[in-house]
Amino acid sequence: MDDKGKQLVNQISEMQEEDAVKLARELLDSGYDPVKLLGHCREAMEIVGKRYEEGEYFLPELMLAGEMLKAIGDMAKPLIKQDSISAKTAGTVIIGTVQGDLHDIGKNIVTFMLEINGFKVVDLGIDVPIANFVGSIREHKPQVVGLSGFLTLAFDAMKKTVEAIKEAGLRDNLKIMIGGGQVDDTVKNYTGADAFGLNAMDAVSLCKRWVSA
Amino acid sequence: MSAESEASSSASPYQQRLQRLIDAIELREPDRLPTILFSHFWVARYYGMTCREAMYDYERLSAAVRKAVVDLEPDGFQPVHASVAFGPTMDILDYKQLEWPGHKGLAEDVGFQYLDAEYMAADEYQEYLLDPSGFMLHKYMPRVAAALEPLSQLPEYPGVLHTRIIQSMEAYARPEVRRALETMIRAGEEVQKMRSAQSRLIQELKDLGFPASAYGTSHAPFDVAADYLRGSKGAMLDLFRNKDKLLSLMDRVTTLMPRAGVSAVKAAGGNMIFIPLHWGLDGFMSPKQFTTFFWPQLQKVLMTFIDAGIYPHVLWEGDCTSRLDVIKDVPPGKCVYFFERTDMAKAKQALRGKVCIRGNVPASMLIAGTPNEVREYCKKLFDVVGDGGGFILDGGVGIPDEAKPENVLAMYQFAKECVY
Repeated sequence: MDDKGKQLVNQISEMQEEDAVKLARELLDSGYDPVKLLGHCREAMEIVGKRYEEGEYFLPELMLAGEMLKAIGDMAKPLIKQDSISAKTAGTVIIGTVQGDLHDIGKNIVTFMLEINGFKVVDLGIDVPIANFVGSIREHKPQVVGLSGFLTLAFDAMKKTVEAIKEAGLRDNLKIMIGGGQVDDTVKNYTGADAFGLNAMDAVSLCKRWVSA
Repeated sequence: MSAESEASSSASPYQQRLQRLIDAIELREPDRLPTILFSHFWVARYYGMTCREAMYDYERLSAAVRKAVVDLEPDGFQPVHASVAFGPTMDILDYKQLEWPGHKGLAEDVGFQYLDAEYMAADEYQEYLLDPSGFMLHKYMPRVAAALEPLSQLPEYPGVLHTRIIQSMEAYARPEVRRALETMIRAGEEVQKMRSAQSRLIQELKDLGFPASAYGTSHAPFDVAADYLRGSKGAMLDLFRNKDKLLSLMDRVTTLMPRAGVSAVKAAGGNMIFIPLHWGLDGFMSPKQFTTFFWPQLQKVLMTFIDAGIYPHVLWEGDCTSRLDVIKDVPPGKCVYFFERTDMAKAKQALRGKVCIRGNVPASMLIAGTPNEVREYCKKLFDVVGDGGGFILDGGVGIPDEAKPENVLAMYQFAKECVY
């Protein structure tokens, strides 16, 4: 990697937002390859993700890293020919906050961490009707579905969603993980999900394990 | 049993229950394990009401609380009207910060939810810092309720003096401001109705022997910034982008907010306040961020209440195990820490002789478990945390709306039989 690239990776991973965005702008203005630039961003995100996993970084750092990635991506992507973007993914995950629950911070952080780990994530948003999960599974054929919910009312919504997926004949060969403030093993069993996670790292390791199995 | 709790055994049921709570808070062994009933909508469901009905029908909500308290016999109950029964007032105000049952898309029988959003922009810090009251009146209130939008037209009094004060009355006669003021009066009357239902209930339950365990609510200054002003995303980014301004804003909140809490508790003749926390848990912030942006300000808020003779009940949502060594720094026997998923053995170890612990039967168990599982959990919990007093039994975040009645009854029954 060239020095400027190294500098960019360092600035992003050290949370130097202004410097990183400024440097990316300068590089693109001077004709730097935008695909290569996004590669540096990806590398920086891997460092950020690793520091999060190791307990050095927390949600605020993930949030800021996401902002830097978006700002630089918005500058670089219009300069890239569509066919040169790699379509290879580690796997597909559908994620959403279940019906009745309007919380999205946890879901967004899991989405962010899965994306920087190479997964294609289809985010259905919040208060997602059961039919939307079922329809989206038919359309995208994911390996994993993530059901998110912060409130205790989500337990029943998760259970009903899992049941509907089963009734639609889509449960085989599909892994379902649940996450959110109050989930635990009891809730996992209650909802019929395959696993629960307490944080974004749990979601990434579950998906990695399931996809490689 | 302590000398003080022995002395109370000839007292009225109300005094006995209150003493049991105070013994636990002040780190003595009470006669038996105390409990508090804290729920948003469980009491309503237990009574056969929907969440929507609980938010709109003050008298039936009173009947629901009465039934739950009489059936469960807790040593304290957290009055619920002020936390849920604001449906009619929100309709009058066209309130925008909550989504509630039967309103817009939400079903009749789910709880209300707060809408996380940026209610103060990043470039408005300076304006807030210059004049917090002016910002709240002219900018914030118009944003959170459609009926309050005309308040933006009210005079900016720091610059309006002498005969300009007389002239400034013109603003109040403008048709839209007049409408807003009339709406506020109607909303105020509605709140008075709700509060008077709550006061009557508190008195009635007092006569039946049950003390209230909270007479108001307050917050951690960071939560005020993150939940109510900047939104969660804005506040997290401000830890980097607007660090000094965020700290200055929290300084203002730290001074101004507990004043309102102290007056509310004193006006109600109580001595306890509820402080639910949202952003302090493990994983959300780094230890350094926690000791810079969260704990020092919260600690000052707690001290303001403690100095006013008020016991704070602090609900530490989520798992706060890594925070224990920091948050133990409060005067002994003055605070209750209400834990959800924090490691209770470690909590007892860190807080023994300092802070009363409350909690933490898991919501999942109260909803999906069995009475036997609940009893077993309570027994283990008491073995770990009960020793020496300083423990109040409760659910991890009180009683979840969907809890099975038999599980809830099992929890309160356990405590009644759990003698020191």
